[in-house]
Amino acid sequence: MQVALDILSWLLLIAGSAFALIGAAGLIRFPDVYARMHAAGITDTLGAGLIISGLMIQGGFTLVTVKLAAILIFLLYTSPTSTYALANAAYSRGLQPLLGKRDADTAEKESS
Amino acid sequence: MMFFAATLAILVTMGLALIRALMGPTVYDRVLAVNTFGTKTVLLIALLGFLTGRPDFLDISLVYALINFIGTIAVLKLIKYGDLGTIGQETEPKP
Repeated sequence: MQVALDILSWLLLIAGSAFALIGAAGLIRFPDVYARMHAAGITDTLGAGLIISGLMIQGGFTLVTVKLAAILIFLLYTSPTSTYALANAAYSRGLQPLLGKRDADTAEKESS
Repeated sequence: MMFFAATLAILVTMGLALIRALMGPTVYDRVLAVNTFGTKTVLLIALLGFLTGRPDFLDISLVYALINFIGTIAVLKLIKYGDLGTIGQETEPKP
């Protein structure tokens, strides 16, 4: 039983770190701030969620799991809020999203 | 062993977020990258707590998550309203 739990938690840890890497790669490659917010969201929700649930399985039924659950719940509430605040600040200061354009320089060519 | 692999992945993610923070053309990229970096620090501290077998690291990572969120919101308010606002004064977003 314990081996099964260990394997399950290791799978969750590996999946979580894979999603964190994918999100970080998206953070680098995406052309626009609003697209990068999506990539950062992947690392915040999926990456953190899977890793912390993997740790919770390792922690078993102790205070450690309660603390990890508190961290997970707090992260799941605050990362969307901070992403929303960022989008709101960016859009209210006039940063136009790249809607349907290939990337930044074609946007300049079209608008100029 | 698996904690070590996850810690390495988180370190690489933090490196990529730092690259985005340095490269980011607009200030919003930098705020986004620093916010992602902070969230990954929370995970790193929790993983290191498990790696070194010290459960009290989780309190540190919880506090770090709280502070990271407050810091991001304060920076965003400073960007949007120009200042953090005085008590009782209605602030208009700068044009």
